[in-house]
Amino acid sequence: MLNRQGRPTTPGTSVTAAHLTFTGNKALAQIEPLIFEIGRLDVTGVDYAAPKPFISRLGGLERKNEIGLPGLSEPEAMRHYVRLSQKNYGIDTGLFPLGSCTMKHNPRVNEKIARMPGFGDVHPLQPVSTVQGALEVMHTLSHWLMELTGMDAVALSPKAGAHGELCGMMAIKAAIAAKGESATRNVVLVPDSAHGTNPATAALIHFVVKAVPVRDDGTVDPKVVAELAGPDTAAIMLTNPNTCGLFERDVVAIADAIHAAGGYFYADGANFNAIVGKTRPGDLGVDAMHINLHKTFSTPHGGGGPGAGPVVLSERLAPFAPVPFVRHTDEGFELAEDTAQATQHGAHAFGRMTAFHGQMGMYVRALAYMLSHGADGLRQASEDAVLNANYIRAGLADLMSLPFGNRPCMHEVLFDDAWLKDTGVTTLDFAKAMIDEGYHPMTVYFPLVVHGAMLIEPTESESRASLDLFIATLRDLAFSVQRGETERFTGAPYHAPVKRMDETRAARSPVLKYAPPAPIVEAAE
Amino acid sequence: MRYLPLTQEDRSGMLAKIGVDHIDALFADIPADKLLSSLPKLPLHKGEIEVERVMGRMAARNVSASSVPFFVGAGAYKHHVPATVDHLIQRSEFLTSYTPYQPEIAQGTLQYLFEFQTQVAALTGMDVANASMYDGSTGCGEAVLMAHRVTKRTKAVLSGGLHPHYAGVVQTLSEMAQAEVVALAPDLLASEDLLSHIDETVSCVVVQTPDFFGNIRNLRAIADKCHAHGALLIAVFTEVMSLGLLTPPGEMGADIVVGEGQSIGNALNFGGPYVGLFATKSAYVRQMPGRLCGETMDAEGTRGYVLTLSTREQHIRRDKATSNICTNSGLCSLAFTIHMSLLGQTGLKRVAEINHANAVAMANLLAGVSGVSVLNTSFFNEFTVRVPGNAAHLVEQMAARGVMAGVPVSRLLPDAGLDDVLLVASTEVNTDEDRAAFVEALKEVL
Repeated sequence: MLNRQGRPTTPGTSVTAAHLTFTGNKALAQIEPLIFEIGRLDVTGVDYAAPKPFISRLGGLERKNEIGLPGLSEPEAMRHYVRLSQKNYGIDTGLFPLGSCTMKHNPRVNEKIARMPGFGDVHPLQPVSTVQGALEVMHTLSHWLMELTGMDAVALSPKAGAHGELCGMMAIKAAIAAKGESATRNVVLVPDSAHGTNPATAALIHFVVKAVPVRDDGTVDPKVVAELAGPDTAAIMLTNPNTCGLFERDVVAIADAIHAAGGYFYADGANFNAIVGKTRPGDLGVDAMHINLHKTFSTPHGGGGPGAGPVVLSERLAPFAPVPFVRHTDEGFELAEDTAQATQHGAHAFGRMTAFHGQMGMYVRALAYMLSHGADGLRQASEDAVLNANYIRAGLADLMSLPFGNRPCMHEVLFDDAWLKDTGVTTLDFAKAMIDEGYHPMTVYFPLVVHGAMLIEPTESESRASLDLFIATLRDLAFSVQRGETERFTGAPYHAPVKRMDETRAARSPVLKYAPPAPIVEAAE
Repeated sequence: MRYLPLTQEDRSGMLAKIGVDHIDALFADIPADKLLSSLPKLPLHKGEIEVERVMGRMAARNVSASSVPFFVGAGAYKHHVPATVDHLIQRSEFLTSYTPYQPEIAQGTLQYLFEFQTQVAALTGMDVANASMYDGSTGCGEAVLMAHRVTKRTKAVLSGGLHPHYAGVVQTLSEMAQAEVVALAPDLLASEDLLSHIDETVSCVVVQTPDFFGNIRNLRAIADKCHAHGALLIAVFTEVMSLGLLTPPGEMGADIVVGEGQSIGNALNFGGPYVGLFATKSAYVRQMPGRLCGETMDAEGTRGYVLTLSTREQHIRRDKATSNICTNSGLCSLAFTIHMSLLGQTGLKRVAEINHANAVAMANLLAGVSGVSVLNTSFFNEFTVRVPGNAAHLVEQMAARGVMAGVPVSRLLPDAGLDDVLLVASTEVNTDEDRAAFVEALKEVL
């Protein structure tokens, strides 16, 4: 009975040349203005009845001027942000091999659990008797983290990885002060391959940063550390596995050298996903290490946070952990919320990192993830992450250049741009061409110790079929480079919602907020 | 295991392709005696149904804010968040993306950050805002360090009305960064003499309004004196909704405005994750911490957005960076932006009025209870009351009667001699029935 009016049901002639549209939209790819261009000052998407008349007690400081922010009705808001979301690439879109960031699958049961009223709708300063389950989450998470790292204590409150670094380095600073060595012990050794947050953290609390050159194989030489370490050494900040994707095989000797000099070993735990259940930082001589719950333990990256950066501490640093911390007593769970309370329990807390108790929403998700995987699943996840990275290495080693040779890597594999030399294609061009092929690019130009770095971290979340297609795609791109098809790269991306962005222009005359267009003034007659 | 796509067959096939016969060959760089021979002493994997059960049991041991008459504030507030917000932030493209390093496939994130920055600048009355800090307290610490960079001085004066946790964060950070802090005594009635502490040695003065005790403060005289002596005024808020009704700090001369954005878009979450709002004057933008999103064009002249001025940041400047911050509060700032877009200035003003009206109604009721006195002359949605006896004890007793009465000041200021002072917050979620239940329970325990 359908289609009696001659409605065509075959596509007809295929035309490859695209027509410009009236709207600028391209079907599902919609142009979307700013809310300030579509909202109106007198519109709101919430309905509240005006309060009954009352005598205001604002002390004469009522706002006199309009805020100047428009509102949207609910359907307009929904459409606006859905359209914006469609201009984003996420883990759920496709392979997201952003090295050092561990873009693994985010299980949705964790989102569901974090939104249980008993977790999401609980205030941090309710009576402790009414939040025993929340404190149990913190206590249980701490237990898992200590068990997996072989460390003695956990400071849960840091808000993200860099904040965890700050916490760990503050504990080290406090320990040095307690020994009366503050005046002399102020140098922190940081390998050239380190994340930028490491030297930034050390400098923030007035340590002097001394660079440690990386040896030819991409790792740190304990002999160099021993030479650089001395009575002025506060600590070394070492990422292990390091940012070249390699396990620091001399880590124990490095720890020994630092300890022999009287310093502490801070480990950047950004790459913990490679070694969970395989080895324990505590057994390697680590004194402090932050753990990015949003990397290793799968709390969503959320477009740039929120993260969570709990710090595990060795026996030597444990007493200096900041407040708050949870204690389990016969009466239940308690919170030590200020340094005086901490002292009552024999601690020397160095202070406070943040208001309240840290990233509870992330603790819940991370613990749910850990319970799901269990000890066996966590180890399997690390093994699969390492296996996947090596599979990519094996699949590309003949075409792309490995700066430290074709040897096993950990959970990420580092290429440099030697293979692109004289091709007219840069690392950035190659990355942008990957966008056209439907992939998020790898981390580029980091670490700084190799030229034109491409750091690929597939994570354990990829199937073999997904990896095979990824490898085939990168091989096709590499052959294309060899054939001199430079336009495929230098003009890329061709198929993204926008063409390549002009970052220089943005920085030269920064426009950091919306300004309404100047009103048109009509000329007087 | 449901999160791991590889089968045993995949694994052995892949190992063969790599050219090794056992997975541990890939871990050969780990010293042999440090490679774990057995699994960690932790439970084995669980199905989703079991995980929900275990976590659900823990959740059930907490009393949720919506389940009782709820008046707890002190820096985190129970507000109604439209369902649209939580739906949108769970869209995969937002939830599972990361810092927009590749702007061509992150315009969604970048555009909402640009909207966020515009909203925060407008609310605070400042020129520019960044793309978020972890929360208000850490943003406050960063603001102090920024003031030191701008003024090339190292002494911060903290008002006694500053949230004690914020003061704690500033003190910890300052001590570690070898900077001086003068923290004034807890200032219950906003009667401190801040002006006398401002001189040529001071880098910045940190004042909160509404302050920790709920008092609304006029910052103009403090700003004037700061500027006369080359110091900066850092204005702090813990309740962003107050900016719907109150004169913004930017209009009172603040140089840096920093605060907690949780109230718009974000759930209580037992204290985090929240979202730090950070705004300043254009002149200081290159000393700001954190990410900044800026407008630009693509190769064809189409408007778009990128992260910009990153030469301030750790991944470029390493030990010369303005801050070590990297991951911040992306998704919480999205929640803020969406909720703020739904409110608009009209809705924000309305909901702020309701907050104030409910707090006034609560204060009036409590003022009528024998033995209880309201201490504030001005407030927005939170105020202090003096109660007969110990406020912490009273809060516990009222909790046992199913009313969350507020925060005993002694919990955050144990040595201030304010054991009989209770902070009471009231927002748009409170009803006449909630207030009646509060008064009834209070009378029972007094």
